[in-house]
Amino acid sequence: MRKLLLEHISEPGIETFDVYRKKGGYASVEKSLKTMTPDQVTEQVKASGLRGRGGAGFPAGMKWSFLDRKSDKPRYLVCNADESEPGTFKDRYLMEKIPHLLIEGMITSSYALGAKTSYIYIRGEYMYIVRILEKAIEEAYAAGFLGKNILGTEYSLDLYVHPGAGAYICGEETALLESLEGKRGNPRLKPPFPAIAGLYASPTVVNNVETIAAVVPIINLSGDEYAKIGLGKSTGTKLISASGHINKSGVYEIELGLPVEEFIYSDQYCGGVWKGRKLKAVVAGGSSVPILPAELILKTAKGEPRLMTYESLSDGGFISGTMLGSGGFIVMDETTSIVKNLYTFARFYHHESCGQCSPCREGTGWMEKILHRLHHGHGRKEDIDILVDVAKKIEGNTICPLGDAAAWPVASAIRHFRSEFEECVNNSMKVKELVH
Amino acid sequence: MELKFSNNTLSLVNKIIKRYPEGKQKSALLPVLHLAQSEFDGWLSPEVMDYVASLLTIKPIEVYEVATFYSMFNLKPVGKNLLEVCRTGPCWLRGAEDMVAHIERKLNIKAGETSADGNFTLKTVECLGSCGSAPMLQCGANYYENLTEEKIDQLIEKLRDKGVRSSYLKSVEINS
Amino acid sequence: MAKVVIDGTEIEVADGITILNAARQLGGHSVPPAMCYYSTLKGSGGKCRVCLVKVAQGSAKDPRPMPKLVASCSTPVADGMVIQNLTSPEVLEARKGVVEFLLINHPLDCPICDQAGECDLQNLAYEHGVGKTRYEEERRKFEKIDIGDKIKLHMTRCILCYRCTMVANQLTDNRVHGVLNRGDASEISTYIEKAVDNDFSGNMIDVCPVGALTDKTFRFKSRVWFTKPMDAHRNCTKCSGKVVLWMKDNEVLRVSARKDQYGEVKEFICNECRYDHKSATDWTIEGPRHIDRHSVIAQNHYEKTDLLTLKKEIERQIEFQKGKPLPEPNRTLAE
Ligand SMILES: Cc1cc2nc3c(=O)[nH]c(=O)nc-3n(C[C@H](O)[C@H](O)[C@H](O)COP(=O)(O)O)c2cc1C
Ligand code: SF4
Ligand code: SF4
Ligand code: FES
Ligand code: FES
Repeated sequence: MRKLLLEHISEPGIETFDVYRKKGGYASVEKSLKTMTPDQVTEQVKASGLRGRGGAGFPAGMKWSFLDRKSDKPRYLVCNADESEPGTFKDRYLMEKIPHLLIEGMITSSYALGAKTSYIYIRGEYMYIVRILEKAIEEAYAAGFLGKNILGTEYSLDLYVHPGAGAYICGEETALLESLEGKRGNPRLKPPFPAIAGLYASPTVVNNVETIAAVVPIINLSGDEYAKIGLGKSTGTKLISASGHINKSGVYEIELGLPVEEFIYSDQYCGGVWKGRKLKAVVAGGSSVPILPAELILKTAKGEPRLMTYESLSDGGFISGTMLGSGGFIVMDETTSIVKNLYTFARFYHHESCGQCSPCREGTGWMEKILHRLHHGHGRKEDIDILVDVAKKIEGNTICPLGDAAAWPVASAIRHFRSEFEECVNNSMKVKELVH
Repeated sequence: MELKFSNNTLSLVNKIIKRYPEGKQKSALLPVLHLAQSEFDGWLSPEVMDYVASLLTIKPIEVYEVATFYSMFNLKPVGKNLLEVCRTGPCWLRGAEDMVAHIERKLNIKAGETSADGNFTLKTVECLGSCGSAPMLQCGANYYENLTEEKIDQLIEKLRDKGVRSSYLKSVEINS
Repeated sequence: MAKVVIDGTEIEVADGITILNAARQLGGHSVPPAMCYYSTLKGSGGKCRVCLVKVAQGSAKDPRPMPKLVASCSTPVADGMVIQNLTSPEVLEARKGVVEFLLINHPLDCPICDQAGECDLQNLAYEHGVGKTRYEEERRKFEKIDIGDKIKLHMTRCILCYRCTMVANQLTDNRVHGVLNRGDASEISTYIEKAVDNDFSGNMIDVCPVGALTDKTFRFKSRVWFTKPMDAHRNCTKCSGKVVLWMKDNEVLRVSARKDQYGEVKEFICNECRYDHKSATDWTIEGPRHIDRHSVIAQNHYEKTDLLTLKKEIERQIEFQKGKPLPEPNRTLAE
């Protein structure tokens, strides 16, 4: 299977400039700065069909073309390396193992957008990677790929790494910008969108680490060639973080279109469910996306094999489908308590809500408390319906999508595993009777 | 004693401020708070926050608002080594609760507490981006992954012997 | 100019104004409630979500409906937009949800709350709520604290509308309080004990939609409906000097700014007017003030209130507290 991002990952010393360069690194910077105009770079990204790898899957080229190029304010590119969605650890892997790929992508992309200063906003817990990136940046400056008049051209760029300090919400792009401005990570009301008024109220593009890294092979191969890889509108390759009850967890680069079944069971990837157990459920795109039971993750409701693409995973909508999201693939075996797993997710969203808007601030805590009771044998008859209703009243009614992200796992777990929740309630009732 | 960064740190602070456009020095707040927490005993006292406010010429309340928002900032003193064990779904699936219970037994503390000798504070945290190597914990800059009870025992011994304060900005491994 | 339709009525409004302000121009029942938006405070709105409405048609150019309900206080109108407020069951349902969320961590002590009668949340719950709580978990609790010698903060009541922080940012030159912590642990605080003291800081009290910030110099710990609001003014060098005196007989119990029908102060007053002139002779009294807000205080016109009706109102609210459906509004009070 073709690898575009991790091709040289096992090359000793690939984290250093010299080895990376020897393996063809920084070719996209040379090609774009010396032979292409910024708009031509953007055109290639458009042609590639690349979709944002941070979770929402928004076409990257289109986002770039929205950037307000008429404004007289400086433009910014900000890389979203906040990676805090449970189940997702691919950006960490990429930055740690092959940091120059991100730096190269940042230079080429900044050139396309006309940014003279760019930032990589990285979650504070990844502080050791800050060091790795800063070292790589230093090397790139020394080799003339950053700073004034890069490669003798007119183009100059400064690149900085900015650490966060522990807040999932700062992965939301406007909260990230607030945080980068030294404020609380409260998402902004949109409009205005960052493309018009982002960092310091200037036109700004925010892209995920993997999205920016993918610009490198796109420029090297050409957008059209890149678009041939993958399946249909899901072009290119995707990094999948595989975790949970599997034999081989880790980060895998797959060509979009790979059957889910092959991904779970092939030795090239997850190597099957651990301890010889049966598959119970999968959360395919990070904790926020709907959970699916084994039969629906392997096959769509129509009985077609489910593929690792944006389209196939969402086939069936939220009734019988899910989303590719950030590619955080969490596998659960037959022994897993869906209620308990959901409780940990609910606790997570409650902990991470910024607290700005009432449905999310109050609703996430309410859901966690109910699930805590259910799981600890203090369930009540009405709990399940209240959970469904609270999730419904959060969804779509909040400032930012964290509210939806908190609601979807609850709604989907009850949709597909209602009997497990009912069992919790029944057990609680029995306990109560025994006590009385 | 007047609170003040070392000269090295001060010049680093000035370098950090220059990363942002003129007049946007508030952007340096998170990086500078990290430096402050690392240099002043692992937590942010009101005095430390007021000092950071004065360095960045912003109001003290702007620092309090930010420091209390982010989970990596300690607003109370913590033990020399802050053991942060991830407990979110993927880690829970692979036994994070057993690891927490083991540390609680071993150090005779509950999550959120500090051991009597002041060496360890145990904290449960949310996903640290290490789900593929669960269960895991973070201490200072270091990630300790694929944990077992034995590995935790060894780690605790090692950290106790070392006797230095862990910091997000310093790797325990490299410093040894 | 933009032509928009709100709940079936067409109105022409200036380009770029928000849906909420367009509805306010129309007036009447089509006006969505607002708990965090405040027209005189820059950047306010968007947070409480009670003003959600449905945009059934985006504009004349692009008639597609908006996929989600939108916050009317922060969404601009477009020519040809069709908006549903009370005519959308979806909006009513969502609003009920928001009211419930705002109440789950709010103490249900309305009958004994010293802000009863002046609390927008009480009115909101009365008009848009379900009248019965499903929330049986523990509620958030905070101690009452003084922030300075003039203002008391009852954090348990706060709905985190952020208005008071905007007053401090926009009207005073040194903000010392703000929003600390995050999520449902967020609180309004000075972090370390500090007095909020500034020429215009008292306006925080008037913008607070609930009874979280109260005037410590209010000299009568009684129900506001036992007092008589009077418009009055004085010559003041710092502000317009136009205020409302809350009087009992000839005594001035409290001074506040004047609020319009949506509960908004258009002319903020200075602390000297608010706190230091508690003698009727300091003021030129213009006459009784009409509180035409659709609120509990408006409903029971102060002159008519007697202890018996008040007692009935309290009983009714106690039922509400127990989680029972709210009995029919008290007719005597609701006259
Ligand atoms: C609550 C929340 C958390 C998010 N976390 C991340 C994140 O950690 N990393 C990321 O790249 N995108 C994250 N996103 C998505 C970003 O808002 C944004 O869409 C993304 O950075 C755009 O980059 P892309 O188009 O390259 O995917 C998050 C969104 C939400 C609502
Ligand atoms: S949805 Fe949640 S995280 Fe997003 S703005 Fe509202 S409270 Fe904050
Ligand atoms: S104290 Fe009042 S004005 Fe301030 S945020 Fe709370 S509810 Fe709003
Ligand atoms: S769930 Fe523990 S590191 Fe992700
Ligand atoms: S008034 Fe619009 S969201 Fe609060």
